[in-house]
Amino acid sequence: MVAIKDLPVEELYLPGHRLCPGCGPSIAIRMMMKAAEKNTIVTTATGCMEVGTTLYPYTSWLVPWVHTAFENTAATASGIEAAYKAMGRRSSEQRKINIIALGGDGGTFDIGIQALSGALERGHDFLYLCYDNEAYMNTGIQRSGATPHGASTTTSWGGKKIPGKPEWKKDLIGISIAHGIEFAATASIAYWNDFITKVKKALDVNGPAVIHILAPCPRGWRYEDKDTLKIARLATQTRYFPIYEFNNGKYTLNIKVPNPLPVEEFLKAQGRFKHLFKPEYSNEIQEIQEFVNKNWDRLEKLTTL
Amino acid sequence: MGKIVGLNGDEAVAYAAKQSSVDVVAAYPITPQTIMVEKFNEFVADGDVHTEFVCVESEHSAMSASVGASLTGARVFTASASQGLALMHEILYLASSMRCPIVMGIANRALSAPINIFADHSDMMGSRDCGWIQVYTEDAQEAYDWIIQAFKIAEDPDILLPITVNLDGFTISHSTQDVNMLDDKDVKKFLPEKKIEYLLDPEKPMTVGAGNNPDYYYELKMQQVEAMNKVPQVVKRVNDEFKNFSGRKYGIVDTYEIKDAEVGVMALGSVTGTAISIAEEMRMAGNKVGVIKPWFYRPFPSNEILTSLKNLDVLAVIDRAISFGAPFGPLCNDIMALLQNEEIDLEVFNVITGLGGRDITPNMTRSIFEKALEVQKEKKVKKPIIYLGVRS
Repeated sequence: MVAIKDLPVEELYLPGHRLCPGCGPSIAIRMMMKAAEKNTIVTTATGCMEVGTTLYPYTSWLVPWVHTAFENTAATASGIEAAYKAMGRRSSEQRKINIIALGGDGGTFDIGIQALSGALERGHDFLYLCYDNEAYMNTGIQRSGATPHGASTTTSWGGKKIPGKPEWKKDLIGISIAHGIEFAATASIAYWNDFITKVKKALDVNGPAVIHILAPCPRGWRYEDKDTLKIARLATQTRYFPIYEFNNGKYTLNIKVPNPLPVEEFLKAQGRFKHLFKPEYSNEIQEIQEFVNKNWDRLEKLTTL
Repeated sequence: MGKIVGLNGDEAVAYAAKQSSVDVVAAYPITPQTIMVEKFNEFVADGDVHTEFVCVESEHSAMSASVGASLTGARVFTASASQGLALMHEILYLASSMRCPIVMGIANRALSAPINIFADHSDMMGSRDCGWIQVYTEDAQEAYDWIIQAFKIAEDPDILLPITVNLDGFTISHSTQDVNMLDDKDVKKFLPEKKIEYLLDPEKPMTVGAGNNPDYYYELKMQQVEAMNKVPQVVKRVNDEFKNFSGRKYGIVDTYEIKDAEVGVMALGSVTGTAISIAEEMRMAGNKVGVIKPWFYRPFPSNEILTSLKNLDVLAVIDRAISFGAPFGPLCNDIMALLQNEEIDLEVFNVITGLGGRDITPNMTRSIFEKALEVQKEKKVKKPIIYLGVRS
């Protein structure tokens, strides 16, 4: 794993952007650029990281950066990669550039999953990084395929009859691995050296790689700005968001959690789960705990393969 | 120089793209465009081209990958039709507003529902305001010639806009015709490989596609308007250069016997061939008829059309698409708008025909001329829109 002294001092993702105080995804992007360094092109889906980091004539990016649309980031990255290959064929040198496609959970789990699937199947040499804040935060906290069961959003209210989102979160890494790619991993902004190490590994892969990073959102999850890293850490320490990787057929749980906290500790720290603590919804927390336990067991088994 | 070969329209387009040294082709199959991509993929498989072929999973991704490649600095070709073009719709606007000189072959086909794979212009007309230059062709030869010229027009530093080259599905895309193919070396001289310049280059970082608020958006749109306005002069230059080595003369608008014509028929695409042959026949019978065939639909060739119709008494405008609820079909709407401020004594009527691949026969075409002659005699249009060839 990388040490802090190994990281470049140079910032390629600059402050002064328009993201909220305590923004988790912004922390993820800064770390991503520390790992990727200068020889990189980034293409970003419509979403917080696009709206917040560029507004003509300003930009936070000191590497080439492109935004086209919402659902097509992986396809845009495919075109960039294809262009470098083809132009390299008729020039004296074939340049090797890190190409990173960046999308939020809506842009990845939902509207962008087709373009992502196509790009993974075709085997383009790029990293797809999904920053997951578990809802459409840019448009005002609507539920996505990544929103967890029970969370209250503006399209899955925790109401008098329905206790927040009824469905469960999609398994993005499972879907990615099913494409036969070499490297896929989860990460968290609470574990910077694990994440940065993974970005470096992913960029070294000759082909597509996917990283799914949990990046809490104070507005959407409803906690105080200062608690972003604390909440991110709780997600892993309760085993709610396990940090693991799939590398060339081998699964590894990178962050061991020998003594997990009850999932309740993660849930009660956030306003989006507040309704689950009403007596009428008491079974919900138990259900979430069971889901978390089962998922952890499944991953532990995979590590023994 | 060159050689005459039997090619269908789609093959002609594929050969033209090959000779245009394209770097990236990102495309998805849809009837009747398929042969364009199949044929091109053969060139890739045989190692005849240096092109990177991206077999995308949808037309939306075809256009997105094309934009990504074009922004990187590559010469990009793609192809589509009908539902595929409709699925691309969102990204068509990005290609034009991000100033990507992509060239796209379109084998025009009807839009669903009901699903129909045959020719009409609903697909391109559905995206007519997407900011692309739009060329319509009469046959495989024109499709071939325009693809090669399209790259040169699109990549002109004054333009930097994408272009569609339209050919009617099946009628042109699938029928084998004589095509005079140019020698590779002549095409290369006319259209050299694109200069290697990585526009997305970590050595020269640049932010592309940043958000725009009301304080900048309109100015960027005006830049597109200005580029579009410069197209005719660039086309003229490219056409002249093309004629010098190919011997084939192109322009913004083609006409047949229009100078002394009293009655004219205007149309886009393959039906103009039928119209010209009927006009020849009617000329021999002593009728002063002519044909106006705009090669360009966007930018709309206002000046050239006005020049060509200024001596006419009657103009019949054929549309191969419906603009539901609008006064006329799309081409006729534009003609009416164009005549609005002109003091021209001209009777105009609109003929909507050939939808979903319904044949526009010589007899039907003759009836359009006859109708126009009748209007000339009566000096009045009784029926402004004729839906021709539809069962009542």
